[in-house]
Parts: sequence; C-alpha cells; structure tokens
Amino acid sequence: MLISRKKFLKISGGTIAGAALSSLWMPNLLKAASVKDGKGRLPIIWFHGQACTGCSVSLLNTEYPGIDEVLIEVITLDFHPSVMAGTGDVALDVVRRMIKDEKGQYILVVEGSIPLEAGGEYCTVGEVDDKPITALEWIEEIGSNALAVVAVGTCASWGGIPSATPSPTGAVPASEVIKDKPIINIPGCPPHPDWMVGTLVNVLKYGIPKLDEVGRPEMFFGNDKLVHDNCELRKYFDEGKYAKDFGDEGCLYELGCKGPVTHCDIATRGWNSGVNWCNRAGGPCVGCTETFFPGATGSGLYEKLPAAQVPGLANINANANTIGIALGAATAAGIGAHAIARVVSSKKLKNKNKNENLEDKEGN
Amino acid sequence: MARTITVDPLTRIEGHLKIKVSVENGVVVDAYSAGEMFRGWEIILKGRSPLDAPIITQRICGVCPQVHGTASVMCLDDALGVKPPANGRIIRNLMLGSNFLQSHILHFYHLSALDFVDITAILSYKGADPKLIKIRDWVQSDVESGEASAGAPFLPRYEGDYIEDHEINIQSIANYVKALEIRRKAQEMLCIWGGKMPHVQTLFPGGVSARPTIDNITAFKSRLAEIQAFVDNVYIPNVLAVAKAYPAWFGIGAGVGNFLSYGGFPLNDDKDEPLFTSGEFIEGNIGEFNSDEITEHVKHSKYSSGSALHPSSGETTPDVHKSGAYSWLKSPRYKGKVVEGGPLARTFIAYLKGTNSDLNAMVDGVLGELGAGPEALISTLGRHAARALETKIVADNMQKWADELVPGEPVHNEFKIPDSSKGMGLTEGPRGTLGHWITIENKKIANYQAVVPTTWNGSPRDDNGNMGPFEQALIGTPVVDPENPIEVGRVIRSFDPCLACAIHVIDNGKEISKFKINI
Repeated sequence: MLISRKKFLKISGGTIAGAALSSLWMPNLLKAASVKDGKGRLPIIWFHGQACTGCSVSLLNTEYPGIDEVLIEVITLDFHPSVMAGTGDVALDVVRRMIKDEKGQYILVVEGSIPLEAGGEYCTVGEVDDKPITALEWIEEIGSNALAVVAVGTCASWGGIPSATPSPTGAVPASEVIKDKPIINIPGCPPHPDWMVGTLVNVLKYGIPKLDEVGRPEMFFGNDKLVHDNCELRKYFDEGKYAKDFGDEGCLYELGCKGPVTHCDIATRGWNSGVNWCNRAGGPCVGCTETFFPGATGSGLYEKLPAAQVPGLANINANANTIGIALGAATAAGIGAHAIARVVSSKKLKNKNKNENLEDKEGN
Repeated sequence: MARTITVDPLTRIEGHLKIKVSVENGVVVDAYSAGEMFRGWEIILKGRSPLDAPIITQRICGVCPQVHGTASVMCLDDALGVKPPANGRIIRNLMLGSNFLQSHILHFYHLSALDFVDITAILSYKGADPKLIKIRDWVQSDVESGEASAGAPFLPRYEGDYIEDHEINIQSIANYVKALEIRRKAQEMLCIWGGKMPHVQTLFPGGVSARPTIDNITAFKSRLAEIQAFVDNVYIPNVLAVAKAYPAWFGIGAGVGNFLSYGGFPLNDDKDEPLFTSGEFIEGNIGEFNSDEITEHVKHSKYSSGSALHPSSGETTPDVHKSGAYSWLKSPRYKGKVVEGGPLARTFIAYLKGTNSDLNAMVDGVLGELGAGPEALISTLGRHAARALETKIVADNMQKWADELVPGEPVHNEFKIPDSSKGMGLTEGPRGTLGHWITIENKKIANYQAVVPTTWNGSPRDDNGNMGPFEQALIGTPVVDPENPIEVGRVIRSFDPCLACAIHVIDNGKEISKFKINI
C-alpha cells in the first residue's frame, strides 16, 4: 500500500498536496464527460471483486440527490452487475466496447478486494474455453484503460475483511492492482452515500478532490474529522462517565470504541438520511474507514484502545498529529495518525503473524 | 441437438455465481450452479474474539447483513448462556423485519421486474408524473444522441416476451422509482435501531445496545406505515398484475419441491412461538424440523475438507483446483435430501401447518384471484407471490411489536465469555434458512461455520449426484430464443440469489466464440 502513497507523491511533484492532482486531471475528466449527451455525466464501469455489495446498497440509500437523480444527472452507469438490465454477454459486451471505444474516458469504480493467490481464481467472472476469467484480470484490463479509478469501501481501499489475518485468498485493494492511474479511496464499511456521490460530483465539476496521504477525500476524512473529536458522547468522556455495558449511557471508550483513531464525518453527518449513527445507537465505532479495520486476530473489535492512543488521556492534547508524535512514527513527515495506521498497515501485509494485536498494528 | 447459450454474468443479483445449462429442443435438459467467489470467512474468524462475529459475519452480505448479525448473535446467546430482555428481543425482530422489507421490495422491483416489464414503454409516456417525464426525456435524449450507452443501466437488455400492456409497464416503471425511495426508508428503519445500514452496529449477545425512546419508536412506526401502504396498494397488486400477464410461469421453475424452514421472529422470550413457523416438507410429507439432520456435502465443491459433516463440526479448507469440483458453494442437505428454502418454503410449510390464519387467508385469496390451486405456488411466479405476501405479514406484525417496546426498560443483559463453549443460531432470512455455529476455546473462536440461504438453494450436486435447487428448477425451462435466454434469468432470480452470478449454458461442453471475452 506504500506504493500508492509513493505514486501520489510522484504525481503531485513530491508534495502531499492533493490539490495538485485536481488541476492535473481535471481537463481529461471534463473531456470524458463532454463525450456524453451534453449533460456532462461521468461514464462508470462499476466492477465487483470480493464484495458483499454493501457499498452498492449504500449508494442506493442516497437521499439528496436521490439515486434516480444521480443516474440521470451525475453518472452514466454503463456497467453495474447488481443494477443493470443487461445480463450475460449483453452486459459484458458493454465492458468490452468501453475498453475499446472509450479508452481513457470512463471511471472504473472498484467494490470489493481482489484476490491474488491461486492465480486470482478465488474470484472469477465469466470464462473463455472453460477457463475462468479472474476478477484480477478484469480489473487490470478495465483499470489500465480507465481515466481514473475510484475504490469504494474498505475492501477496495485497504483490503478490508478478506485481507484480515491470515488473508486466506491474498486479498488486496485496488491500488495494489492498478498502479498507473489516479485512485481515489472512499473507505467505510460501507461508505456513506454522500461520500460516494459527493466525490463523483466533485470529480465531475472540479476534478479530483483534495486527498489525504492515503488517497481519501479530505472533505470527508480529514484530520478535523476524527470521530472522537466530533462525537456527541464526548461530553461523557470529558466527565469521565463511561458505559460499562452495551446499552448503558456514557462514553463508549471502555467498550472498545475506535473513535479516537478513526477519521470520517459520520458523527456530524449521520447514517441513512441522518437518522442515527454508530455511537449514538450505543454501538462502539469499529474504525471501519481505517486501514486497520477489522483489526488483528487475538485482539478483537471491542478491545479497549491503549490510553496513549486516546486524545485527552495520558496527558496528550486532543490532536491526531500529536498522537502520531507520541507514538514515534512517521514524525518526520509530520503527517496524521491515519497515515501512521497506513504505515503500519504495510507491515500487516508483510507480517501475517497470527498473534499480532491491534496495538501493534496501530503504531507501537 | 443441444444448443449453446451463454449467460455470463447473470446480473441483478448479489454476488458471483455461474450456472451452466444444456438446452435441447428449446428446453433446458441439464444445469450446473457454481459459486464463483471465496473469501474464507470461517478461516478469518478463527482466533478472534467471539464478539467480533456479529460484525464480521454481517459482511458476508451487504443486502442482508443484519440477518447474519441476527444468526450470529443468537449463536452467541446460545454459547454464552444469555438471553435478551424483551426490549432486546423486540428490537432485534424489528431490525430483522425491516431487513425483510428492504430486501423483498428491492428484489421484486430492482432485481426481477426488468425480466418482465418493458422499460422502453417510457418513451411513449404521455402522462403528467414529473418523475416519469424526467425519465422519458432522459432516455429520449440519450437515444437521440446516438450514444452506445443510451439508456444505461436499463439498456441494452435481452429482447423477449416483455409485458405488452402499456399501463402495466408504465405503472411498474413508476413503482420501480417509488420503490427506490421505499427501500431507502426501510434501511432508515434499520438504522434507527442499528445505528447504520448496511451493517448494523448494535447486535451483542444478551440483546442490543440501542435504547427505545418515544421519538425513535414514533419515527420507526411512521416509516413503517408508509411502507405498509406501499405493500398493500402497490407491491402486492403489482406482483399480481405481472403474474396475470404470465400465467404459464406458474408452471415453470418448480424445482425440487422439498422445503425447509428453521423458523424466525421469536414472539416471546422463550423463543417457542415464532412468527415464521419451522418445519420440513419432504417428498410430500409435512414434519417437524430437526437441526441434527443438516449436513454439508463437498464432493463437487472446491474444498478438500470432509464431506457430509454437520455444520457444528464443519470444515472449510479451500482447494481451488479440486478434481470434479465446480463451485465454491458446499451442498447443504437435510436428511440427505435436496431442499429449497426461502419465502416459498416458509409460506408453503406455514400454509400446510395452518399456524398463521392471516397467511392462509391471504394465500387462499391470491390463489382464488388467479384461479389456481396451492401447487401453483411451487413455481417461478409462486416464489414472487409468496415473497410479497410474506412482506405484508412481517410489516403488519412489526407495528404491533413496536408498540410492545418499553422506553427505560433494559435492552441488554450482561454476559461473560466462557473459556470454552458451543453455540448454534438459527433464523430465517429473506432468501431462506440461515444457521451459524460457533465453537469457543480459550475465550476465542476455535471454529465458526455459516450455512447461508443461497448455499442451500444454489448448491451444486451433492455426494450422491443429486442436483441443487437452482439446477433442478432450471430443468424443463423453455428457452425460446437462445440468443436472448431471458427465461434462465427469470427462474434463477425468483430464488433471489445472493451471489454475483455467471450463468453458462453449454452445448456438448463447447463454448461458442461469440461469448469469448475479447479484451
């Protein structure tokens, strides 16, 4: 995964300024849109790897704009296996045509991780002469002919659950397969529809949005979006009132909340038209937008975070950057705590030690 | 002489599945159903905290995550020896029921209807509905632009015997759009109790973490009332209108005719009186369900682990190139028999047992309207009809359950993870019977097995060579135009498969070049 970071650095001239990306790629994107019907929609091939389809279901949950409006005004959903009317060869012919006739003019959206082991045969789509075609081959081919790639969900962004220890199928994110195109990661299990629609509209109108060090749009996942800092249960944390059991009132820290190390704006945005969100419903944040999700074998999603990683505890100011400094990782770059998770995540790929724990993964 | 057709992938389902079928004299004579994706859930769960299971297993499926969460948390209740308080049980049921609503409505309108409804009817729409006008103008302008992608994602499609009645088509398209909004609201109902959907955050052994308050009960009931009105006035009439347009399809896709239901929606805290009754219907005889009779065969599945094991001692060792294996699905069997699960199975068993008089009255009403006997239910359209009626049963009951919630009362009982234990969680999901089995050692997961609805229905041949339910249902299906095998999709989608699917229809094992991938 460090590869994609290097790639971003390279593209943006050695800085981490995502803004440089948008000016680089915007002309091409507008050109892509202009070949459509004059409404400037983005042509999309939405391809499933090892997906649960939860990201697609979440996209359908978009309220304003509604999904019908998205389909009519924002994107042309040329290929989406769960939605499209066409099936079989009628569906795959769309992909073949676009690879050939719309080379460099469409966006590939990847949902799900991509298995590399067994030659990729843990996930196949179609076959030629009785030989299955792997998702890996499809995504390489569609991706190399795309204008840009959007990885939706934590599996496509970081590998997600299929890549969790011991990663039985060698599952990797889109960035490990497509290395020569700009990639926007929209993690989350699933991502909020606003994150997906908002990013696509931004690409359409202004180009690629400003991304953080791990390729996430800063507007949704930036340093100021730490769940812990924006949590409505923060008042309980400040008072030292902790829920001791599920369903209790209080801060969810003791029950394993990952809000102190998780970046996304859900605490203020809310899920499903804003009706509720994880911590308000008493379900501790599990860090689903971060590279460490779902954590390591042996620890557990509900294991209490070490105090050193919690802003406001252990005499550390409530600032994600300073946690990074405290942990002694990546301080030279002066990047945020989420980037530390990223660095550690690369260790995860190399080290499949079953006994590693979440604390190890998050920077110690 | 058999004819070759390839349908690959079968879209408008969830997941990756391949089916191979041989067609002779316009009729399917052989079929193979093959799951095409493996992630290794059981392997990933080993060594983790048991509390992770409800979160991780929900990611098996983003369409019905909460159902896996329910089975998983019931499995943990069993292993940990804890039961939820009344509020906890009710909130679990309300989430499960909301999941049925969003899934069934999505299935009919957004996954299946395009096999019947002629979407191009919109081009001649002359009415005043602003949404339909917008869609008409959108498709019109795309078509006039001459773009290859005109009308995507609704075009291109197979050509075939779509509905000719303009009014039914237009109404169905309008309902497709309305159903997008309705299913979103059903997801919001899940979020009220789950904190998030897909993938709820509030399921724990001993109950839930979400507390009922008068405002969230009211917000829930209000959305539910809107969906009830949609089910009563739009969904069920729409299914019947489509059914009346295709009377022959009450005789196509019958399949195995053996049914199984574990039972679901416990109505009291002793779990002895569920809304969906449990039972078996095997070779014409109704009987009681016994979980000891479940085994999983792997002769034709890509696993080197032992075959015909009970899931409580099941194994999952992948073997990608195993000789004779053609699917990542195992073959669950009950008493060694091939059985179908899902709305039809539940409805048929409940109808014969007579455990739900409301259901029997509705089934009789529908059969009367169609002038058919109960045997007509065992068909492609019967599955759609059963699914629609079941949606109403669940929705109507949820209004009562929501009123039983007591704000301020507990939602959760404390639990302790034992050093070692075993547990089983059985429930019904929208697509059929769902079971999770756990073995805990040293307070960690030592073994975890899930047998999911589409594993039953989409299973490959078993150790005895008996075809799975999808495969059997395809046998005898007419395929009018091999270039446009719309019928294959109709049969398979009636089961609401939960895998991304690829269907292959083969001719003497030989693919024709048209379907080769040229990239």
